[in-house]
Amino acid sequence: MNTKYNISSFCHIKNNQVSLNGSVIFSEQHSNFSDFIKAAYKAQNTKYPKFFKMDHLSKLAFIAADVLLKEQNIDIEKENNMALVFSNKASSLDTDLMHQKAIQHKDNYFPSPAVFVYTLPNICLGEISIKYKLYSENSFFIFEYFNAAHLFTYTNSLLETDKATSALCGWVELEGDNYEAFLYLVSKEGNTEHNKQNIKTLYNT
Amino acid sequence: MEALKQELKENIIEQLNLEDMSVEDISDDEILFGGGLALDSIDALELIVMLDKNYGIKLTDPKEGRSIFESINTMATYIQEHRSK
Repeated sequence: MNTKYNISSFCHIKNNQVSLNGSVIFSEQHSNFSDFIKAAYKAQNTKYPKFFKMDHLSKLAFIAADVLLKEQNIDIEKENNMALVFSNKASSLDTDLMHQKAIQHKDNYFPSPAVFVYTLPNICLGEISIKYKLYSENSFFIFEYFNAAHLFTYTNSLLETDKATSALCGWVELEGDNYEAFLYLVSKEGNTEHNKQNIKTLYNT
Repeated sequence: MEALKQELKENIIEQLNLEDMSVEDISDDEILFGGGLALDSIDALELIVMLDKNYGIKLTDPKEGRSIFESINTMATYIQEHRSK
């Protein structure tokens, strides 16, 4: 139970920038999230038309995960026992509000099925799992703030009990045009020890 | 009828977020489901909502959709015969 786990890589998306392991890999000024994330998707050169059908939270989580998992050269034809442990504050509020607008008036009541299916935050985990063929444990937690202690404890528990061999963890927060993603990969690879302090330090990088 | 088909293609691209497609990419007799557009079950539900919202057509039996949504041609014919707005 004392196996040492490390953080092998991490990704930030905020302030019109995408960075990998602290280095900016994409930066383009846009006045809204929608245009920025579309530009980031194109820069990633990931041919995945379903991206355009996702809600904003899923797009944010998807691109952050894509940046990290591409770097790992994951073979999606093989089963990857990678857990997903995500968190945020606003849950799926951005999409919830969009759905609520569509059902606001009795005489103009046209809820969109394509919007409704995203009115849960953990749907973004499904989108990542579909793309990367992950059939492993996944959880989405709602906190008032970035909770490194909980992410650390929960992830270690999954790894130490062999529920997963690696874990993609972090924070994907989105409300309107305010967005921030911080994802990191925990496994036996890498040089940064997986502990609360290091998670906090990387989050604040 | 041609104007309706054009309108349908534009609406489908917009409503179903077919970002990389243009009206010219969809032919009138192209199979919409199971073909090159890669539409799924949620897209089918969106089309049912679109019929209601834009043309006042309420599909009570979703199975009807299979033949109606076969192609732009079948959609346009059905809409022309059943539209209330």
